[in-house]
Amino acid sequence: MTKNIMIVGVGGQGTLLTSRILGGITRKAGYDVKLSEVHGMAQRGGSVVTFVRYGDRVAEPIVEEGQADVLIAFERLEAMRYAHFLKKDGAMVINDQRIDPITVVTGAAQYPDGIVEKLGESHRIYTVDAMGLAKELGNAKVFNIIVLGIAAQHMDFSKEDWLEVIEKTVPPKTVEINKKAFLAGYERGN
Amino acid sequence: MAEQKIMLGNEAIARGAYEAGVKVSAAYPGTPSTEISENLVQYKEIYCEWSPNEKVAAEVAIGASISGVRSMASMKHVGLNVASDPLYTISYGGINGGLVMVVADDPGLYSSQNEQDTRCVARAAIVPVLEPSDSQEAKDFVKFAYELSEQYDTPVIVRTTTRLAHSQGVVTLEERKEADDKPYERNPGKFVMMPVNAKKRHIYVEERMKRMAEDSCDFSINKAEYNDTSTGFITSGIPYQYVKEACPDASVLKLGMVHPLPEKLIREFASKVDKLYIFEELEPVIEEQVRAWGIDCIGKETFTLQGEYSANLLRTAVLGEKIETTPAKDLPARPPILCPGCPHRSVFSVLNKLNIHAAGDIGCYTLGAVAPLNVVDTTICMGASISTLHGMEKAKGKDYIKNWVAVIGDSTFMHTGVNSLMNMVYNQGTGTVMILDNSTTGMTGHQDHAATGKTLMGEVVPAIDIVQLCRSMGIRNVVEVNAFDLPELERVIKEETQKDEVSVIITKSPCVLLKSNRFPDKCIPVSDKCKKCGACLKPGCPALTKNEDGTISIDETMCNACGLCMQLCKFGAIEKVSK
Repeated sequence: MTKNIMIVGVGGQGTLLTSRILGGITRKAGYDVKLSEVHGMAQRGGSVVTFVRYGDRVAEPIVEEGQADVLIAFERLEAMRYAHFLKKDGAMVINDQRIDPITVVTGAAQYPDGIVEKLGESHRIYTVDAMGLAKELGNAKVFNIIVLGIAAQHMDFSKEDWLEVIEKTVPPKTVEINKKAFLAGYERGN
Repeated sequence: MAEQKIMLGNEAIARGAYEAGVKVSAAYPGTPSTEISENLVQYKEIYCEWSPNEKVAAEVAIGASISGVRSMASMKHVGLNVASDPLYTISYGGINGGLVMVVADDPGLYSSQNEQDTRCVARAAIVPVLEPSDSQEAKDFVKFAYELSEQYDTPVIVRTTTRLAHSQGVVTLEERKEADDKPYERNPGKFVMMPVNAKKRHIYVEERMKRMAEDSCDFSINKAEYNDTSTGFITSGIPYQYVKEACPDASVLKLGMVHPLPEKLIREFASKVDKLYIFEELEPVIEEQVRAWGIDCIGKETFTLQGEYSANLLRTAVLGEKIETTPAKDLPARPPILCPGCPHRSVFSVLNKLNIHAAGDIGCYTLGAVAPLNVVDTTICMGASISTLHGMEKAKGKDYIKNWVAVIGDSTFMHTGVNSLMNMVYNQGTGTVMILDNSTTGMTGHQDHAATGKTLMGEVVPAIDIVQLCRSMGIRNVVEVNAFDLPELERVIKEETQKDEVSVIITKSPCVLLKSNRFPDKCIPVSDKCKKCGACLKPGCPALTKNEDGTISIDETMCNACGLCMQLCKFGAIEKVSK
């Protein structure tokens, strides 16, 4: 059994922190794990993907088309871009946020309408305005942990383990707000 | 139980160097190799430095090796081109303390200007190459590389790829084993490569590689995994993982050393399998050798020369499966862009306005080539901006380059740009060189260099003064401008490009992502003053979006209040306020 998770978004949205938490929780549960990330130029506002695979013995570090069990999308257009990586019965958690790529800003392309509706026709999706919720919690930056909280409902780790790993992974000053953010998502996704 | 840790491939390489007793490391940052040095510096037993370029880094490591300690130089694949001069000759000289060069290839071009294969360089330089396939092997192979280096008197290359360097996996940690310094003895026959000595060493080098090839049949890192023998794969590195994923029942010869190749082992494997595939990313290095031995195999006629491989590639090409997925069509691309508040955007907006072409260089500012800035016309390699502009002038005359500048970052200028500027002065060029000084090596994630005043190990040192450096070459026109002072920038560029002598314009503004940078302000639109002209949107700042009614919004979480949009608005419809 190998479980495949993908995190997609826009460079700078904090995919690396999310994947570190995922790495931590899979190790805590005693699984073999591989993660694959994007560094360098592509991080400058570009489309970014992180792969997380865990199981008894993991070979390749990437998730391929049609193989993802859970797809975590921090932005709507990126959800659509990578939707075909999802298994037929896979779950997709979408942060319902729009970030215009430069091609849209300059007028060379149009941001597609009705992304969430279209994805909902063919996939099991869970949408959340995580940015709005994070602002209510008092820190817009923790939106990604809210999204992770929802996605956590589609993985087999206990709430207590998640909270313990978050505590060990995030900067000490932000432990409480990140735990709160995780629970906000976790309880919503229930 | 031994401690286990999830480690990035690059982190594991650093750990391997630490455990192997390495004492000196030198590098120039380059994706995907940068994190090796950033992790090495955390081990207090190791001296680590950022050198101005890879040639210097390699020579520092060579010097350390000659003096008798284990040393490492790390770089990206194109960095090895810069370091190839010392590499080709230290291959002859050999080592005293173990010498390992880690070179990171970039199949798929995630952050590079080409897709070259380091194994080809190593073959030409007659240097052995190891290739790990996960983080654990990255650590283990580095340690083995030091043993090989000292046993066979050779520098050893450990080749990685982006997928290995930037993937994390579980690694079992071991203790550092101090390597005793080798005594230094003067040995010109080995380390003075004048013809009489080099002739003898060339004989040694060829004999060394022959011996290594024979011995490597017994290296544990080259291993045959016999299973179903109807299909066999010879593979190495990350592609090995794709084979295990897609064809777990096939037989595999996994090569940990990809140069020189273990002929006996390969012949034996080939004789035992019915159908033999060579599965290697980029160049057919293994395949050509296997074919040269008269062994029938399937390689590049089935598997591409370009990009990264995958398990799905094997599923379709070897197993004949169909991957039935439907990617969404015609989605807007999301290419990387300059950050909100990036000083490069301000400089390019002025060059764009003045219709000036830029001979570009390697760094974030390469993004000045794409819409909406469209200013950079050429990007070849580190330092090439200044010399290519000079070449244009010598071809077409000085008037031809009056609407051209060379654009280069501070770190790239220190890397190799400085040589090109010397050449421009010496050979009576008249070009205008813009040094976009953002006080760091930006694209690779903020590494210091000789002009920042800080070392990799955190010491504060005197910074090389770029202004004085240029003046010392005899350049009279050296002008410093704030990158965000648009009127002054425009005036200076117009004036300097028209001069019949070399000019250097240094635009000073730190990278917005530098941790020391603080942004107390933000820009806000004042919609009742907005005339909907779109001037503020022209430079393509990602914090700005056009509303349906033609006015604009500014994302306050992204805005760093650089004020570029504010300066471009003729109607005072954007204001700066404190956050």
